[in-house]
Amino acid sequence: MTAPNNDEGDPLVRIRGLRFLRGSRVIFGGVDIDIPRGKVTAIMGPSGTGKTTLLRLIGGQLRPAAGSILVDGQDVPSLSRDGLYALRKRVGMLFQSGALLTDLSVFENVAFPLREHTRLPESMIRDLVLMKLQAVGLRGARDLMPSQLSGGMARRVAIARAIALDPMMIMYDEPFTGQDPISMGVVVQLIRLLNDALGLTSIIVSHDVHEVSAIADCIYVLSEGRVVEHGTPEELRHSQSEWVRQFMQGLPDGPVPFHYPACDYGEDLLAGA
Amino acid sequence: MTQWLQYLGRTALGFLERLGRAHILLLRMLLGLPSLLPRFRLVIVQMRSVGVLSLVIIVVSGVFVGMVLGLQGYNTLVDFGSEQSLGVVVALTLVRELGPVVAALLFAGRAGSALTAEIGLMKATEQLSGMEMMAVDPLRRVLAPRLLAGFFSMPLLAAIFTAVGVLGGYFVGVGLLGVDSGAFWSQMQAKVDWYEDVLNGVIKSLVFGFVASWIAVFEGYDADPTSEGVSRATTRTVVHTSLAVLGLDFVLTALMFGDL
Repeated sequence: MTAPNNDEGDPLVRIRGLRFLRGSRVIFGGVDIDIPRGKVTAIMGPSGTGKTTLLRLIGGQLRPAAGSILVDGQDVPSLSRDGLYALRKRVGMLFQSGALLTDLSVFENVAFPLREHTRLPESMIRDLVLMKLQAVGLRGARDLMPSQLSGGMARRVAIARAIALDPMMIMYDEPFTGQDPISMGVVVQLIRLLNDALGLTSIIVSHDVHEVSAIADCIYVLSEGRVVEHGTPEELRHSQSEWVRQFMQGLPDGPVPFHYPACDYGEDLLAGA
Repeated sequence: MTQWLQYLGRTALGFLERLGRAHILLLRMLLGLPSLLPRFRLVIVQMRSVGVLSLVIIVVSGVFVGMVLGLQGYNTLVDFGSEQSLGVVVALTLVRELGPVVAALLFAGRAGSALTAEIGLMKATEQLSGMEMMAVDPLRRVLAPRLLAGFFSMPLLAAIFTAVGVLGGYFVGVGLLGVDSGAFWSQMQAKVDWYEDVLNGVIKSLVFGFVASWIAVFEGYDADPTSEGVSRATTRTVVHTSLAVLGLDFVLTALMFGDL
């Protein structure tokens, strides 16, 4: 595959020749991806293509078999533990479940990274936390425990926590799954607004085509360990590839068959007679 | 036959691998201890959930174990006319053996299983991964304080168990069966040695506390992040801790009191 070209200059994340195996299964077999600065980039693809794995590789939680992952000029797989932790302070990540600390209140969850990494006075921590919670509309919920939050609220608290240290980039892992239409709309809005207001770079991993198309500047479609196509949502909708069109329009049958491979239906039924 | 050998080999390798992982985890936690010192509050908070919340079961069990010792001890001693020594029997049994051992077994069931389940669920709900991505090392922030809390709580729990047990023995022996109160206490005072008995008991409970907490945090951290995996890990904590405590108790007793 040719390296993705973009006219934005130096990308924030530059992935080249990424190979990753799980056991003997190839998850990525030579993937090149550029995440441009200041943009919302979506990574899409069918379930099980390793989208979440890609985020963990960028975050340094997994090590690739080969290839380079440059984040703001630093090669993640070769970073020392201290280097990796320094980088992670500048990268927020939103997990699918929210991953809030269940023994801490909403306020303390958002304050957690501040308390761990800064020596700010309590009054300033309070102000910062309230500002972050205000940004996601949950300043009034500060005293609730995570178990008292709905799924959508928990995800918004997790977003507030992810922006607590004013990161340069946020990675969202399936931010839209399991949300009702209203909270889905809220999260979609928030991702775009925060990206533009805070000057972030956002990576969204998702397979919700409509939501992603609404806010992404650029979409990478992955399948079977390769980048199938990348471009703006509009470009992908009119893709030459039948597979990409099937994916983007959510058609049940096409290059990806409806049926799992099996022997002939008639023969199969008669075999039991 | 070959199948059996294969199974044996696989099991042995699996065991050694887990043992290796447990030691690496321990090493990483110990290396993180210096960063925990300025934040000792984290350990105190855990001592509450590991230690203070185990108090009820420790006290209740201690009373009953002491009462049974008083009763059985009296029945045996009275045949030889030496029921005045009941205090020594009860105290030595508790200080040397039952205090540290039973407290550790109760600790495994009450606190160890809770630690494993808590850490395992934190893993299953991505809380540990989330911390890592926030550049917070869960080993230092979550596991190490729990390990230390167990290590510090165990001797205290064993001491309370022993003290309450002696009172239970006193209640049955002196209160119900009529042993002389003065003899009960004075013989105990004369025969229970500070270094030989009490200190050795404390060393035992420190070792048990360390091993029990280590097993509990390792099993939690190593659990499969599923509900089934967490339940298996919790069971393993209780079983492995009990076996380790009983086995180590023999080794320590042999070293301290035996001339094997």
